[in-house]
Formats: sequence, structure tokens, C-alpha cells
Amino acid sequence: MLDDFFIRALLAGIGIALITGPLGCFVVWRRLSFFAGTLAHSAFLGVTMAVFFQISIAFSVFAISSVIAIMLLKLQKDTKLPSDALLGLLAHSSLAVGLVVVGFLTSIRFDIMGLLFGDILAVNQNDLLFIWIGGAIILLILKMIWKPLFASTVNHELAEAEGMNPDKMNAIFTILMAAIIAISIKIVGLLLITGMLIIPAATARNISSNPQQMIKLSILGGLMSVLIGLFSSLELNTASGPSIITAALILFCLSLIKFKKYSELKK
Amino acid sequence: MTKEKNKVLLKVENVGLLKNDKWLVKDVSLEIKRGEIVTLIGPNGSGKSTTAKIALGIHKKIEGKVQKFTDKIGYVPQKISIDWTLPIRVIDFMLLTEKLTNDQINASLNLTGVDHLKNKNLSNLSGGEFQRVLIARAIAKKPDLLVLDEPVQGVDFKGEVALYELIKKISEELSCGILLISHDLHVVMSATDFVVCLNGHVCCSGTPQVVAKNEQYLQLFGDRASKVLSLYEHKHDHTHAQDGTIKRTNN
Repeated sequence: MLDDFFIRALLAGIGIALITGPLGCFVVWRRLSFFAGTLAHSAFLGVTMAVFFQISIAFSVFAISSVIAIMLLKLQKDTKLPSDALLGLLAHSSLAVGLVVVGFLTSIRFDIMGLLFGDILAVNQNDLLFIWIGGAIILLILKMIWKPLFASTVNHELAEAEGMNPDKMNAIFTILMAAIIAISIKIVGLLLITGMLIIPAATARNISSNPQQMIKLSILGGLMSVLIGLFSSLELNTASGPSIITAALILFCLSLIKFKKYSELKK
Repeated sequence: MTKEKNKVLLKVENVGLLKNDKWLVKDVSLEIKRGEIVTLIGPNGSGKSTTAKIALGIHKKIEGKVQKFTDKIGYVPQKISIDWTLPIRVIDFMLLTEKLTNDQINASLNLTGVDHLKNKNLSNLSGGEFQRVLIARAIAKKPDLLVLDEPVQGVDFKGEVALYELIKKISEELSCGILLISHDLHVVMSATDFVVCLNGHVCCSGTPQVVAKNEQYLQLFGDRASKVLSLYEHKHDHTHAQDGTIKRTNN
């Protein structure tokens, strides 16, 4: 059954949605949307490096993302530039360097579109194994550090004072972000992974009143986006990655109606 | 852990913090023992909050040495802003750094008079309500050391007195150490074991009686200080008869 490409695509999408749900909530809470975008852009450089040096794509993407994250921290300390300027600088320069590297790879046919938007229908059994094992590890780590990570998200100083090691939590969370990007780049592509992180979480925010609920709804929203997106892409013959994100957007719009009602009730 | 009194919980030795070529605080030393309330007083910008943050390990690039002998710390910061993007109820906030049973949460919220707000969202609380929740959260975990930075700000006067009484009671019941930052000299002088008067450095320190007589302290706080002093240290040059008439006593 697993050799059916559509079933594999579904399983891959479900795996990704299970991870991006909770991670996306933290991205929204910590105001890291642009940071996630920068990491995703740098993944392009990661992929070209992988092809250039003939190493594993996931490993290379993970390594480059981590380097970019460390560079950001260093630049934030050493310069007086605001974070958004630094993020833009890193995002676009890593994208540009990546494209320059592609120029050296003339002998290899390079699927740039697949890289940017993902190619979920081309997922093979190895990819599936990678997503589910990698995803399980990410979720396990997230569960283990939930309390200190959440405490440092709510308030850094409070967490520091009461022994929650917020700096360490930030570092671990950054690594988890690099990991999810490395895992999911083949599925939704580097331009859309940020959407997969943010949109279901934003949808959940509109209709939830506590953190646990928001995480559950974010996962649910991600799963529904994958299912609706994939089935409609099959039906309408549209690109699968963008279809998933469009489905997520429609769910977000629906959540706005609920949110409006909810806010009016409170008044 | 033994709950013996006078066990040192926190020791701060000659700490200083340099920021943008300016010493925010310098050469501050203090010690907090079990069952003791140590209060930091001083004018605005004298480094009270900075000193507390150094003691808590929030400021890391410091001079001097901080030794903590406990990990069970409850902190009520002076300023805290919760992001509106985070949907968080009072009950979630209570569980932020500690596992607590429902009973413990209720009891603690009850002590500060906000148990009815348990399921409310933090963003819907008033300043005073939020302050009470902050205190409830800090004491719910039964800490060994409580650090309270202007804990009653925004609380109405009646509540203020009650909260200070509560703090005193907690220090006795839990026999924890308390580091209190307060601008309320009246409270400081009546409820504290040890006062550290800051003005970038330690301007004077000692028991409330000793500090109140210190000249530098009087200069810093001026008239208000001497009034507080007179409240607590005034000489009884008279006694009252049964019917309330004053009888002068001769020295």
C-alpha cells in the first residue's frame, strides 16, 4: 500500500503537520516568524552546498541553518543594527550565495522549483522514515523541555530567576527550528515551510484561550490543511505544496469569523 | 532540606554592573538568611532592581560574586509584560515554573484574594489584580527565597497593608528568606530585619533602627525619613492616666 505515491504524500504531510503545529505556536508566541523565514531561506544555500560537496541534503540544510542562527546571535551582540535588518541581510545574502553556487553546478540538473515549493508527491519510503523518526525526536525533545521553554517564552527574567535556563532553552529551540526545516524542505519547500509553521498557529490563536488548547488546535489545523490541500491538488491538478498552504489560509479566514464573534461576546 | 533558621540562602559579595561606561551599582554586598526579611531602599535609579536582578542571576556580566544556596526561588518582578499573542490564563501562569496541585493553586490565590480570577485570561486583569496573581504565583511554590520588587504597586491602600502583612506571615510560616524592594519607608521600618540603603553603592545598612539614625540615610530621604523615625523611635516623655490625661515624666 505504501508504494502508492499519494498515500506516501499524505503520511509525509501528516508527519510534518504534527511537528509544525506545536513548533509553530512557539514561533508565533516568541515573535520568530521572520527568523523562521530567514532559516528557511538559508536552507537554499544548504541544499546547494549538499549538491556541491555531495553530502546529505538534510544534514547540510541543518548545518547551514544552525550556522546562520549563530551568526545572527553574534551580529545582534556586535552591531547596533535592529534584528529585522539583520534577518533580512542574512536571508537574502544566503539566498544569493546559494544561487551563485548553483551557477557552478552546471553539470547537474537542478530542480529549483521543487526546492522552493516542495514536491510532496515525490516522497519516497526513506523520506517518510526520515520525517517520522526525525519528527518523533523533535516532539520528544519539545515535550521534555516544555515547562522551561514555555516559562522563558512568557518571561525571560522570571524564568532566569527561577532556574529555568532560558538561554539554554532558546538555543535548543533554535536547533529544533533548524531541524524541522531540514526535515520538511522536500515536502513543502523553503518558501512555504514558514507558512506551514505560522498559519495553523495563527488560526489556532484566534479561537483558543489557553496555551495547550492553542497547540492542539494548531496541530488540527495543520492536519486539515494537509488533507484538504492534497485531495484538492489531486482533484484540481494544482501544485501540492501551495495547495496545502492555501487550504491553511482558508482555515485561517474561517477562524477570523469565530474570532470576531468571540471578541464581540467579550465586549 | 533542613529548615534551620539563620541558614544563609544567598550571599552577594562586592557585586557591580557596568553598562555603557556607567556603574549602575558598585560594591554591593548583602546576605539573606532563612526567616529574615532584608529590604533594599533608595531613590529612583539607585540600583535596587539591578541589585535584585544580579542576586537572581538575571544580569550575568557582573563584577563580584553571587552565591545561591537554594534553587527554590520565587520572584515578583517590578515590571512584567505578557504578550497578547500568548493566550494564557491565571491557572496556566501559576504553573509556570513549578508543578502544583489544584489545592495549592487555590490556597495561594485565596491568600492574595484573587481565587475568583483563576480561569480568567491574564490580559483581562487589572494592574492590581495582576500584581496579586504575581505574588500568589511566587509564594505558591513555597520557596526558600522570595524576591519581591515593589510587590504592592498598583494595589489599593487597604490591600497594600494586607499584602505586607501576608508577606510577613509567609516569612514566618515558611521560614523563608525575603529580599524586599520597597519605597514605602513606613513598612520597611516596621517589618524588616535588615535594611540596605542604596544609592549606586551601599550608602548604609543595618537594622532599621541603625539605618534610621544614619546621616547619609537622612540626607537621601530628608524630612520623610525623620517622620518615619519619629513614628517608631519617638521618646516617651509622657504616660497616660486611666482617663487619658497626659502625665509628664521627668528625666
